[in-house]
Amino acid sequence: MDGLSGKKPAVVWLLNISVVVLVALWLFPTLGLFVSSFRTSEQITASGWWSSLFPAQQTLQLRALDPDDNRIETSAGVFIVEGNVLEGDYADVNIDSWGTSSRDPNAFTIGDTADLGEGETMTLNADGTYVWQGNDDQISGRGQRLFVIATLPPEFTTNNYRNVLLKEGNSENMAKAFFNTLTVVIPATIIPILIAAFAAYALAWMDFPGRALLIATVVGLLVVPLQLALIPLLQFHNAIGIGKGYLGVWMAHTGFGLPLAIYLLRNYMVGLPRDIIENARVDGATEFQIFTKIILPLSFPALASFAIFQFLWTWNDLLVALVFLIDSSGETTVMTKQIVELLGTRGGDWEILATSAFISIAVPLLVFFMMQKYLVRGLLAGSVK
Amino acid sequence: MHPALLGLITIIVGVSGCIGYFYGSNLLLDKVLFPASGPNIGRNISRRELIRPWLFLFPAILALGLYLAYPVVATLILSFQERGAGGVRTFVGFENYTQMFAEPKFIEAMRNNVLWLVVVPAAATGFGLLAAQLTDRLRWGNIAKSIIFMPMAISFVGAAVIFKLIYEARPEDVAQIGVLNHLYLLFGGDAPQQWLTIPFWNSFFLMAVLIWIQTGFAMVILSAALRGIPEETIEAAIIDGANPFQIFFKIKVPQIMGTIVVVWTTITIATLKVFDIVFAMTNGQWETQVLANYMYDKLFRANDWGMGSAAAMIIMLLVTPILVWNVYNARKEMR
Repeated sequence: MDGLSGKKPAVVWLLNISVVVLVALWLFPTLGLFVSSFRTSEQITASGWWSSLFPAQQTLQLRALDPDDNRIETSAGVFIVEGNVLEGDYADVNIDSWGTSSRDPNAFTIGDTADLGEGETMTLNADGTYVWQGNDDQISGRGQRLFVIATLPPEFTTNNYRNVLLKEGNSENMAKAFFNTLTVVIPATIIPILIAAFAAYALAWMDFPGRALLIATVVGLLVVPLQLALIPLLQFHNAIGIGKGYLGVWMAHTGFGLPLAIYLLRNYMVGLPRDIIENARVDGATEFQIFTKIILPLSFPALASFAIFQFLWTWNDLLVALVFLIDSSGETTVMTKQIVELLGTRGGDWEILATSAFISIAVPLLVFFMMQKYLVRGLLAGSVK
Repeated sequence: MHPALLGLITIIVGVSGCIGYFYGSNLLLDKVLFPASGPNIGRNISRRELIRPWLFLFPAILALGLYLAYPVVATLILSFQERGAGGVRTFVGFENYTQMFAEPKFIEAMRNNVLWLVVVPAAATGFGLLAAQLTDRLRWGNIAKSIIFMPMAISFVGAAVIFKLIYEARPEDVAQIGVLNHLYLLFGGDAPQQWLTIPFWNSFFLMAVLIWIQTGFAMVILSAALRGIPEETIEAAIIDGANPFQIFFKIKVPQIMGTIVVVWTTITIATLKVFDIVFAMTNGQWETQVLANYMYDKLFRANDWGMGSAAAMIIMLLVTPILVWNVYNARKEMR
């Protein structure tokens, strides 16, 4: 920070704080999705995800035990029911106040014996134990409904992931879509690399008429919007009989990825030392040998960069899959398409949406953090030159 | 057949096919067509070196030609045609275009695209430059950069879900789970807003998604450019008594202007093609239509290939100046 600080402590502080704010701003959205995917649907609708990180007050609707089975006659005509309303779902919960109507869950204080009218009483403790007392008529039928305001500790669950990925016959289809996406991505990443590597070598180290024109064409094609390719290629795929399907989407991704692949690899290969290649030529190596034995291993960083780009792009793609892959049967659906579908049909079910979305972005994020070095290198080679 | 198995077979067939092609064709050239022996050895060697580049290039040229160059021409032709009875396409001149320009939805898409093109590249480049400058030489700068860069790995669709959660509105009497409405009410807003349904402003809420994604890209590249600035120029400015802002705007920014332009144009192109965000979040309702989604609507919902192709050509037309400029620069560099 030579320019901006002169190392004054106040300025350094200001600098750190502004970066913290910036980072928080950029992290916050993803964090929201991540945290939400570990909450139950009740938790998600009851409070914002940011409050889930701290203990929170929440209104719970509970019910005392069924009196007909559980009541005990303590003296003539006086029945009591004893139990714990928090048993089961709500361990570790502290009740702050309670009531018997949803409109007034603050009606009674914890520990006091509350008068429910006509001699019927109830005592509720913070830990959920209660004593409900009344005459034969009052302590019968269904258990007393209780509305309690309770402090819940932060609680997270992996049930959403279990439901979305493993539950038999669920409507989200995320597990299938995950494998479909993988099926699209791997060939669509590997094939263009091979084709591009040979072409890039020819453009970088072979001399032939029309080379400059070809390089210019590749640079031009880099920015051609793939929107133009949709209808003509769909017609073409139908004409040669592959229609909508994996083969079509692999070919499309290969075609669309090639300009960047050739451009990145050529820029990298041009920078390799001339001596190595010329020495090999003098020693009688064929061009094919030079390429496979020398150029390819040396170009590993550039190959890795492109592979990451292509992986991210094909994994995250929606448009190409919609047009070239997914037919009316929906058997070949990919994750991005499933999520758009869920946004339409289950727009309010945030536990499903957040979980599905996080499943689809987890893999790219993993790749991103593991291979960031190559990604940055590729970006720099592709843009600054 | 199970698709995963099909995928595996494709990888094997594709990879071995590629290798087989390159290996086989080179072998054919060297050993059979123009062997380096016999009476014409000199001529043979020079001829095969004339042909070999094209062997290396052939698959790439085929794929590029078929998947990128041909569609441009085919789309251009389609945009001048209309599908009549029985699927016969007839030439109708500029009718698709005139019809399109008369459609309010198209005008809306154009207006929104212009807005996107003005706001997104400027904001993303600006934030990127800010982040690059602030994190430069910070001890934990790399971690900060890594986090700001992270959205780049997230799909537009994933980002759409993330931001829909931020913009979520709940009825007035229950807790707000969308952070924007939560803050809005906290700072004195009267009632929760359905942010994505407020015409004009909703486009900006969609743009925020793309800005969030693209800022990291701008930051990474600009940060490398800032590191490349010679120290002496900055030291000289400090000695001359320049204040930090003068150093930044008068010394640093002019020296990385070239990179800023590259970043700006790259984001411009990404913005022009934006489809997924609008498709997933509003699908062009509430006046948020953009060209790429308009085109998708025409092609696959209205099944009007003529107008869809015309819309695609408009996108191509908008990209063309950048294309020409890129090619011009690339050629200049090669000389």
